[in-house]
Amino acid sequence: MEKKTARKETINRIMSYIMRYKFCGAMSILCAVINVVSTLYVPILIGRAIDCIAYGSLDRGRLMSILVRAALSTIIAALSLWCMNESNNKLTYSIVRDVRNEAFCKLHVLPFEYLDSHPAGGILSRVIADADQFADGLLMGFSQLFTGVMTILITLGFMLMMNPLITLIVVFVTPLSLFVARFISKHTYDMFTVQSGIRGEQTELIDEMIGNEKIVKTFSYEEKAVKRFDEINGRLQSASLKALFFSSLTNPGTRFVNSVVYAFVALSGAFAVVTGGMSVGLLTSFLSYANQYTKPFNEISGVLTELQNAFACAGRVFELIDENEEKSDADLPVMMIDTSCDANAADKGHAAKNSGSVRCDGVCFSYDKEKKLIEDLNIDVKPGEHVAIVGPTGCGKTTMINLLMRFYDIDKGSITVDGRDIRRVTRKSLRHLYGMVLQDTWLRHGTIRDNIKMGRDIPDEEMIRAAKEVHSHSFIRRLKNGYDTVIGEEGGSLSQGQKQLLCITRIMLSLPPMLILDEATSSIDTRTEMKIQDAFLKMMEGRTSFIVAHRLSTVRNADLILVMKTGNIIEQGTHDELLAGRGFYYELYNSQFV
Amino acid sequence: MKDLLRYLKEYKTECVLAPLFKMLEAIFELFVPLVVASIIDKGIGGGDRAYIVKCCGIMITLGIVGLISAVSAQYMAAKAAVGFATGLRSDLFKHIMSLSHKNIDESGTSTMITRMTADVNQAQTGVNMFLRLFLRSPFIVFGAMIMAFTIDANAALIFVAVIAVLFIVVGLTMRFNIPMLKRVQGRLDKITLLTRENLMGARVIRAFTMEEKERDDFEKTNDGLLMEQRLAGHLSAMLNPMTFVLINAAVIVLIYIGALKVETGILTKGQVVALYNYMSQILVELIKLANLIVLLNKAIASGDRINDLFRIEPDIKDTYREEGQPGDPGNEDEGFIRFEHVSLKYSDTGDEALSDIDLSVKRGETIGIIGGTGSGKSSVVNLIPRFYDATHGKVIVDGLDVKGQDIKALRARIGMVPQKAVLFKGTIAENLRWGNEDANEDELAEAVRMAVCTDVVDAKGGFDGMIEQNGRNLSGGQRQRLTIARALVRKPEILILDDSASALDFATDLKLRRNIAQTDHKMTVFIVSQRTSAVQNADKIMVLDDGCVVGLGTHEDLLKDCPVYKEIYDSNT
Repeated sequence: MEKKTARKETINRIMSYIMRYKFCGAMSILCAVINVVSTLYVPILIGRAIDCIAYGSLDRGRLMSILVRAALSTIIAALSLWCMNESNNKLTYSIVRDVRNEAFCKLHVLPFEYLDSHPAGGILSRVIADADQFADGLLMGFSQLFTGVMTILITLGFMLMMNPLITLIVVFVTPLSLFVARFISKHTYDMFTVQSGIRGEQTELIDEMIGNEKIVKTFSYEEKAVKRFDEINGRLQSASLKALFFSSLTNPGTRFVNSVVYAFVALSGAFAVVTGGMSVGLLTSFLSYANQYTKPFNEISGVLTELQNAFACAGRVFELIDENEEKSDADLPVMMIDTSCDANAADKGHAAKNSGSVRCDGVCFSYDKEKKLIEDLNIDVKPGEHVAIVGPTGCGKTTMINLLMRFYDIDKGSITVDGRDIRRVTRKSLRHLYGMVLQDTWLRHGTIRDNIKMGRDIPDEEMIRAAKEVHSHSFIRRLKNGYDTVIGEEGGSLSQGQKQLLCITRIMLSLPPMLILDEATSSIDTRTEMKIQDAFLKMMEGRTSFIVAHRLSTVRNADLILVMKTGNIIEQGTHDELLAGRGFYYELYNSQFV
Repeated sequence: MKDLLRYLKEYKTECVLAPLFKMLEAIFELFVPLVVASIIDKGIGGGDRAYIVKCCGIMITLGIVGLISAVSAQYMAAKAAVGFATGLRSDLFKHIMSLSHKNIDESGTSTMITRMTADVNQAQTGVNMFLRLFLRSPFIVFGAMIMAFTIDANAALIFVAVIAVLFIVVGLTMRFNIPMLKRVQGRLDKITLLTRENLMGARVIRAFTMEEKERDDFEKTNDGLLMEQRLAGHLSAMLNPMTFVLINAAVIVLIYIGALKVETGILTKGQVVALYNYMSQILVELIKLANLIVLLNKAIASGDRINDLFRIEPDIKDTYREEGQPGDPGNEDEGFIRFEHVSLKYSDTGDEALSDIDLSVKRGETIGIIGGTGSGKSSVVNLIPRFYDATHGKVIVDGLDVKGQDIKALRARIGMVPQKAVLFKGTIAENLRWGNEDANEDELAEAVRMAVCTDVVDAKGGFDGMIEQNGRNLSGGQRQRLTIARALVRKPEILILDDSASALDFATDLKLRRNIAQTDHKMTVFIVSQRTSAVQNADKIMVLDDGCVVGLGTHEDLLKDCPVYKEIYDSNT
């Protein structure tokens, strides 16, 4: 039941999209009706024309007028078909564009709980593949389902008008064709399930072995991989053969039923002609109907499967669109920080000293509400202070960033910036205050220039100056086309260190009043890091900065060090204070130099 | 696509029989209008009911024979198509497995995966449909034409004209449509790229508050896709109405001419009906043919993409020559592993990643390799198992140039822990046995102990604990330690740690290095790192800067003589 209502909802939803393009939809239906009627009228006219034909006594005038009518009917049918195709194209492609736009916009308002817990591939396939399948199915549904049903009904009507008895024969034999189709599809369904199971298994292996081929080569695992692959491949072969063969029986099967219908119509029709119940021309019309009549049945069963698939795909896209969003903050005020840190002031490397204080009061947070993570966290960061967050892997350092930037909302307590609760201002304005360099560098397909400027309107000279300051200029210059070098997805051929340098350059250009650096230097070698250090220090001067790092050397000069372990801050203070305390930090610090 | 047809070789019989059976089916179908014609002329004309019944019997018989041949044809076609895909997939996988690191860098793994899956399936469908329909449809079209000739040569000329015009129309449409479809695909690729980027970079985009700009970009691209789709749609929207008009125009002319001929007694009424029926058959078949051509185009495009992948020559080939065995006595005086004036370029046009490297390592020594990002540390160690070939100079392992050694045997002596810690779906034991298939549980336990990950194994429930794909259910540090254990299971002569302790905290890292140093079978160890603390106990440390050796010696020597090393050391402390 639940499934049924869900499907109904999906269909209603699709209808509401169709309503946006009412004109196209109406055109499509109107043209389909005109097309079907005029198409089906042609055989009747041809039948009449044939009745005109007789040895020695041809009524040319009558024949000509019938043929002219047939020609007109043909032209009307063709025009309406063309018009219908155009409307359908516009309708379906526009709908899919809309759906895709909505799905994409959704990506920017989905909470990170969702993004972090759902693999990107799955979301991607909803926006791309599912939307595509939906378009295909919808197009097919529009162009074939409606006309198919119309064709059957109108054909039946015409046939009834011509000869009810023969029509009855046709109607009784037809279900046979449906039965054959149903029988075959029911049996092939299981075979397809088996096939897709094995195929999934194979894809998984391909994914692993090719995705990590360098590791495979390292351990000379190639031959074993091939062996495993071939074993699955063999199973796939026999399963595929079965599925493919049985599914391909539908056409010959229904075609056979079709020819039986045809023979019966010919038989009964011919008898009727002999007894004078109908003319030869009428029999011809009948026969050509009998030929066309069963075709839509085959098509419809195909279209229905396709449509079902399309609805399922649409359902998945809608599911994404309907996913809970981050709480809207449109009605909240914009967070303003002391205006003295606008672009001009930032250029000089000086930010307002009296803004950028951050306080955490009794903050509790966890990703999984069953498992406690951060509990009762209290920190007080004064404007311009540098805070270092250290601790072993998985201790919750990245979580801190998620909370400060409000990628996640805290469960209890409050975080304030300059005395204002960050939940009471727009996310955008809050994030504007921070410059962030993340552990996972993110670069996009495009030129180095685009990647540094990130769509901001910044003159080249300034970009180059920033690049020089963080020592990325020298390696960029050495690339094939300098700043115009196009880099592939996710940075392509650049080394991890180079990617991070680019991300740092990006921040260097905007210099917001507060900084978050998440292990930004973890795979840049220490020498380059030292050079960057100067630039960093200049950039950090007067700016409240949070630095997450493995390397203790980078955090020694911090005003406040937060030592984290299993989600909690277990120690906080300056380097000297913490060393004197001989606690966890002391242990961590010393292990470096043993 | 042509090159791929070799995979049909094994199925020659099927490939010949499938279309042949299809042709048989078509022939039986072509007889039907003739039977109808004789029903009209003889049965109805003569009022002969028995004759009519006989004719209808013949029609049903034709149907049954047609069904049998069709079913055989479907089976043959399916068998050949599936066999084709199976062979192709297997060879393609083997081919991909034979590619070198350099090839992989150049083609990209996601492309290769798509070729293996979606493209091969598309090709299979193409072959299947080709065998089933490609002979049938033209055969019906031309067969109908020939049958028309047997009825009346004059009327048949209309058939010739119509078929010629139809071919031109369909041909032109295809020609213009294919580039259009390609452009649609290009736009769709762009949409995919944008979506993926926005998913991957969600944090950065929101941090930079770039949502609106991204949305605008996407909407623009999406509108572009719509435009291309509709452009391609205009053409295909015209195809069906045009064929419909053509065929019906021909029918009208046919009836008119037929009527004149019946009047003068050249043709019978039944024969005109037969001609009309043949024309209708052509129409039905043409629609199928058009669909088939679209499908075939897709299949050919897939085939071409697959072929491109086949065309990539593995640039490292096993050129094993019997020039003496590695490990010949006397080899080792000059060093177990030697680099002689080695330089390396990753691409022909690029800069040298390594220039003129000289190094000699004795068996059992520990070598530290240190240097900045992009200085060539990984490149040096990747040359030892011959993942890349040196552009100039020689890499010698155990007295023989690696280029002359059996690659498999060479790599079997090396335990490599790569930068990226990757594990595979399966049990922990299965993962560890990548190092050595025959390792028993004690050996596994020993390797695990050395790699300081006994706790990881215990936490997952022992050696039978499951690891998910890519080791998702482990943290970065846990994965890294298991990959180290995996290399140690092999009890390698040469152990290479390529910056593989970066996710470990200092205490664990230290313990690990101690365990490796204390092991009883003597390994030659290469440690690549950015921290001086990781290499300072090495017998020799090589300092790299921009692909050149700028220092070689012990920790103490280097602190004295090598400014770069000193700088790194200072920045570490």
